[in-house]
Amino acid sequence: MRLRANTAIGGALVTLLLGTAITAMFWTPFDPLRINLRARLQPPSSLYWLGTDEFGRDVLSRVMVGAGASVVISLLTVLLAVAAGMAIGCAAGYIRGWTDRIIMAVNDALLAFPGILLALAVMIVVGANKVGLILALGLAYIPSVVRVVRGTVLSIREKEYIEASRVIGNSEAYSMIRHVMPNAIAPVAVLTTSMFGWVLLAESALSFLGLGVPPPAPTWGNMLAASRPFMETAAWLSIAPGLCIALTLLGVNLLGDSLRDRLDPRMAHG
Amino acid sequence: MTLLAVDNLRIEAASGGTAVVDDVSFAIERGEFLAVVGESGSGKTAAARAVLGLLPPGLRKVGGRIVLDGVDLATAASRRMRALRGPTVGMVFQEPMVSLNPAISVGAQMAEGLRLHERIGKSEIKRRCLDMLARVQIRDPDRTYDAYPHEFSGGMRQRIMLASVMLLKPKLLIADEPTTALDTLTQREVLDLMVGLARDHGTSVMLITHNLGLVSRYAQRALVLRQGRMVESGTSRQILAAPREAYTRQLVEALPRRGAATGRRQSGDPLVSVRGLKVAFAGRQRLFRRDAGVSAVNGVDLDIGAGETVAVVGGSGSGKTTLGRAMLRLIPTSGGEIRFRGKDVTTTADREFRLASQLVFQDPYSSLDPRMRLGEIVAEPLRHVPELTVGERDRRVEAMLEEVGLAGLARRWPHELSGGQRQRVAIARAIVRQPAFVVADEPVSALDMTIQAQVLKLFERLQAQYGFACLFISHDLAAVEQVADRVVVMQGGQIVEQGSRDDIFDRPQHDYTKALLAAAPVLDFAGTAVARVSG
Repeated sequence: MRLRANTAIGGALVTLLLGTAITAMFWTPFDPLRINLRARLQPPSSLYWLGTDEFGRDVLSRVMVGAGASVVISLLTVLLAVAAGMAIGCAAGYIRGWTDRIIMAVNDALLAFPGILLALAVMIVVGANKVGLILALGLAYIPSVVRVVRGTVLSIREKEYIEASRVIGNSEAYSMIRHVMPNAIAPVAVLTTSMFGWVLLAESALSFLGLGVPPPAPTWGNMLAASRPFMETAAWLSIAPGLCIALTLLGVNLLGDSLRDRLDPRMAHG
Repeated sequence: MTLLAVDNLRIEAASGGTAVVDDVSFAIERGEFLAVVGESGSGKTAAARAVLGLLPPGLRKVGGRIVLDGVDLATAASRRMRALRGPTVGMVFQEPMVSLNPAISVGAQMAEGLRLHERIGKSEIKRRCLDMLARVQIRDPDRTYDAYPHEFSGGMRQRIMLASVMLLKPKLLIADEPTTALDTLTQREVLDLMVGLARDHGTSVMLITHNLGLVSRYAQRALVLRQGRMVESGTSRQILAAPREAYTRQLVEALPRRGAATGRRQSGDPLVSVRGLKVAFAGRQRLFRRDAGVSAVNGVDLDIGAGETVAVVGGSGSGKTTLGRAMLRLIPTSGGEIRFRGKDVTTTADREFRLASQLVFQDPYSSLDPRMRLGEIVAEPLRHVPELTVGERDRRVEAMLEEVGLAGLARRWPHELSGGQRQRVAIARAIVRQPAFVVADEPVSALDMTIQAQVLKLFERLQAQYGFACLFISHDLAAVEQVADRVVVMQGGQIVEQGSRDDIFDRPQHDYTKALLAAAPVLDFAGTAVARVSG
């Protein structure tokens, strides 16, 4: 029962998010980039529902457009990190030996740096744009996925059903893909949903440092960063993108949890 | 005088109110040995835990009275309860590997109880701990006192557990399947120690077990539980020799017994032949050197004829499991050769041998992929039979499932099945490709008694039908006696004796074989020697 409520709330939030992002591609109340200095820092009103920023741009329009940018960045980043992390982690955990030792040595070295620092270094090399941001954040989060996947795979590979697969005459690669990977999904699914949140925040942190998606194009991250000087005088500037990030995280986490339970035959009933 | 009286005990699952223990009454006199017998789900562990006042979360006592040493537990506050645990009632658990805290030294764990319940000084505590360790025949009590649990084998840990419980001289000792995880010889040693200690201190024992052999050897009285209800209680002699209830009779009859000699030993070339087989595990890699390795199998010669069942018996660490795995080429050998139908398959990856050999595992819970349906699991070996069409394959899977008594369950998940049903799936998976050679590694030791009998019977029937040869690895001599044509006894990685089943069981030559046979728990009442009747 509780599970179904979670699914409903999570689903509604994520649908709202996607709906907003798609709508923004065709229509926003105002042009999100149009500067109107006569309407600077207006509080929320019937005309500007979420107020305006220091250049008189409509915050609602910017939040709507930013939804698209933030979601695309987070989604691609998480996808990159999980796909690469799964492959590398599985290889390390399943093959063991020198492959494992080398991969894990590099991995642990990378883990020793804070993710944001790693992303910063990559950004400087690749350049500050969307692709650079995705690559940088993706690379920064691969090591934690590798750690989790390897640990799970290590315990799964000792299970007798893996040995059974070998006795049947299946190749090692087949055993890994057919038996090891599906059973390693659950912890990765949990990690994926929480990682979605970290990436949204990391994107805003990078923007804050001037390395995110460059202005004037709005993302929730750079909006949040730009709102800092006005925190006391124009709170709506930080509340709007902040609330968006919070609600998105809530939605993704709720949906992720119910997805994980649904994917596991042991938890799904009917 | 009655030490423990349990009247009309009823325990329910907190959610849903289904009874786990229903209307169970029994009593234990001072110094008496009571066995509580039952299969999984019989409520025997829940009943014992209620006596300790330590029901696991999710279960609660809803009715009945437990009077322990004159104290009604229902009225005892939790403080009074804690004072009872230890000096009045102690417990030894089933899993020696997890019942000792790995982060605390053995001595500190033993001393905990004494510090809590008795007002004696540090040196006195240590002296009593060391005495007790010596009493349970731990070789070097002083070193053991400072050592940590992981340094000991299961049997040693169970002795330590026993020592720390008996240190407080409890009036009642509850032992929940204390030796189920141990091999036959160790089981005998630990239980003999337990009975000796109990006698010395006048302790009553409540032994929870599924092994009727242990009941017959040690218990004065027995109580049979089934699905939370009492089936029968009485002296153990009466229960085993002249069971009144149908279920008890079924339990006694489920004990494996020797079938007629089959004479399946075929002349001609052996199917699988092993010469001088060695398996060594490399030692741990240190910074600059490697520790000395351990040789688990050390020069084994063995022939298995087509359709023959050869049983390998031995205690834990005898190398029997390693031998089975090595013969299937699942672990690398370090010497000797394996021949299959005359062909050397020791080092080359021989496809014919791989496809013709199979393995049945001990643990039905971890041998099935939890994310595959039964139909998929049984169909998987047929991937490597390319000439089968999809329709034919499905028909064969369906037929195989029917064969093992699981018709129509192809869409089910493993977690929806009982242990016995899972083991049937594992057997179906092994047989579906009609192998010539099957290694069965303790295939029934994780199952309940009556289920064991069913699975063994199924296995025998399938073997008669499909005619595969079998290497049956087991420490359970009774099961071996039922299915084996020949028996191989292993100790320390070597074969110490081999011969026909009747020769080994009736005329054992080697001392180790004799010790194993003597330690095997069997019903030994005159005239009712169910398990050991020859022929």
